[in-house]
Amino acid sequence: MALSGIQIYKLLPQTNCKECGFPTCLAFAMKLAAKQVELGSCPYVTDESKKQLAESAAPPIRLITLKADGREVKAGNEVCMYRHEKTFYNKTGIFLRVKANDPDLKKKVSEANAYKVNYVGMEFSLDGFAVEADGDLASAVKQIRSISKLPLIIIGTDPVVLEAALSTITDEQTLIYAADASNSEALAGIAKKYKASLVCKAETLEALADLTQKLQAVGVDDLVLDLGGKNMAEWLTLATQTRRLAIKNNYRPLGFPTIFFAGQAGPEKEAVYAAQAISKYTGFLVLDTFASEMIYALLVLRENIYTDPQKPIQVQPGIYEINSPKPESPVLITTNFSITYFSVANEVESSGLPAWLVVTDAEGMSVLTAWAAGKFDAERIAKAIKGFDVANKVSRKRIVLPGHVAVLSGELEEELSGWEIRVGPREAVDLPAFMKQALN
Amino acid sequence: MPLEIPKDKWPGSIQAVTIGATAAEGGTRTKTVVVGGEKTMPFLQFEAPMPNKPVVALEIKSKKPEDWSQLLTDSWGDVLTDPGKWAKKAEELGAELIVLALSLEDTPESSVNAVKSVLSSSGLPLIVWGPGQAEKDNELIVPISEACKGEKLVLGICEDKNYRTIVATAMANGHLVQARTPMDVNLSKQLNILISDMGLSHDRILMDPTTGALGYGIEYGYSVMERLRLAGLQGDGMTQQPMIVTPGFEAWKAKESKVGEGVPEAWGDWSRRAIHWETMTALALIESGADIVVLRHPESLGRIKSAISELMTA
Repeated sequence: MALSGIQIYKLLPQTNCKECGFPTCLAFAMKLAAKQVELGSCPYVTDESKKQLAESAAPPIRLITLKADGREVKAGNEVCMYRHEKTFYNKTGIFLRVKANDPDLKKKVSEANAYKVNYVGMEFSLDGFAVEADGDLASAVKQIRSISKLPLIIIGTDPVVLEAALSTITDEQTLIYAADASNSEALAGIAKKYKASLVCKAETLEALADLTQKLQAVGVDDLVLDLGGKNMAEWLTLATQTRRLAIKNNYRPLGFPTIFFAGQAGPEKEAVYAAQAISKYTGFLVLDTFASEMIYALLVLRENIYTDPQKPIQVQPGIYEINSPKPESPVLITTNFSITYFSVANEVESSGLPAWLVVTDAEGMSVLTAWAAGKFDAERIAKAIKGFDVANKVSRKRIVLPGHVAVLSGELEEELSGWEIRVGPREAVDLPAFMKQALN
Repeated sequence: MPLEIPKDKWPGSIQAVTIGATAAEGGTRTKTVVVGGEKTMPFLQFEAPMPNKPVVALEIKSKKPEDWSQLLTDSWGDVLTDPGKWAKKAEELGAELIVLALSLEDTPESSVNAVKSVLSSSGLPLIVWGPGQAEKDNELIVPISEACKGEKLVLGICEDKNYRTIVATAMANGHLVQARTPMDVNLSKQLNILISDMGLSHDRILMDPTTGALGYGIEYGYSVMERLRLAGLQGDGMTQQPMIVTPGFEAWKAKESKVGEGVPEAWGDWSRRAIHWETMTALALIESGADIVVLRHPESLGRIKSAISELMTA
């Protein structure tokens, strides 16, 4: 966490010379704390103070980047405990663990590597593979690389085996799992040689902090934490404590992203473990099972949790043409919250029925929320119909309102004389049936 | 070097609320359920013990639901036409509360009968929802409230449009209310104030901040609940009610759960996807402060109960 104005003030000359443009050193310190001025404006600050201030400006959770073939997976740089306080920045990287001696390795990797899914217009996929060395790690890595270019986590305990695997790949940033008190020196050497990040693992947070400090002392700074945690309660506790120490106390030895293995309690619990990990502070999430329905749900959860709460995802208000509508096609109304828009647009599109979809400016809120907040009322809808010149596009003046705002139909009839107002279904999923049966 | 773990010390705490009344307490329930009472954010028991675990309710209908996913109707089978049998089965499967949702076709008489049948076949505390239209809710809920005096039912849905009627009948007959507002911290708070002003005590109000399903706005519900819970812990007396949310209702109207045909192949297996949808929605909400989650599928019930008991191990 950044220093407060008072803490910064103590590092300044305290002469009130005014050369920075502020009347007092304290005023300048306050502006520095608010990140509204640069320290360079003070001509007299000592080198020692500069160093301390620069350190305090470093992010409380170090940014770790895994990279392969231009694809990056980032973790860290987070600044808050709850997403509404600011936002969560770097989405949990989702990796699939494969074992070096797995006879189905190629099949599993091919399937997972090819996985793509669309959610409200965005395409998601897996972030990479974690390859574990029970057998020949180097050849397993080569096999994966013959299929997939996604970033890798290399799992093993034997430094010789790990090095053999790392030596087969070039121009990548991988993550090595894991250094503990017994092997940290050997693994530090390898991590440095191959410019890899290194996971640290210990029984307690104290021991973990000792380990990261030991590794940093020998020049390995790109670290990731395995907090342990044998069940959901332990993981939540450790992840919360670590995040708090880093963010609130600016405690550097634990200021690194975390890694979590969701398959540790068996496939039955994997989805729920993974879901908690995504909501609660995990940098890199490793799955043991590849199942489309689980991956899709987790990718959507990740997108939802990591959406910036300060910016509702909106689509441009306007009139959208679906399935090449003709003048006699119906006019459907909805709001410009992206999820609302995509739900409606997807349903109508997949039904094959032509329609005009009028998206009103509801400040990015869904139908019910916008209606409750007064951002989706008869006046606004009428304004959209007139503003987008809908009357000149259609021959039949007929509007379909979302069922949730049926109550607006009377008012809307007054606002839009000459238009027929129909009340549609409440949920987008019921639109195709409604359009087939009720709109003729 | 020993590490000092930073702990949040909150001035406020969440109101404990008891649902249901046993014979000794003037009702007929075999057990009661207590929710709330937290002094920390969810499951952070290194700060303060969580006195009451979140509980899982199963939603049943007074009439066989016409619009439920086939996955749900298949899993419940022939109890769907009989709320009494349905409630009994839900209890056997491990539900901790029953939610009985009435339909628009119900009359005051059929509603009271449905409630009586559920009360006689299951010993669990009961939450009763009207069909969700303010006037109809009033028409059905008031006679139920009177016919079940002393049971400490939770009456819903109590919204800004009809709270006067629902709260008045709850006060007159010793019930609780489920106060629902559409995903907004201030609206939740405001409705609590209005209800409190009528004189209903805080140990008889559940707050329903509404949510969206996974993929359909869950992030709004999630953050509204975190903000409400934080506000309550900070000492705002009008946000200290236990929270009830409906991930089952929300998740099962999402296309991902509802339908198995005409969806992208990348969505995977329908039945497993639907359960993931309901459980992940519910889990995220429990981690953001839900005290009661209302589910629909028996398998989701099992998974969420198991997750809660793991989360409660201190």
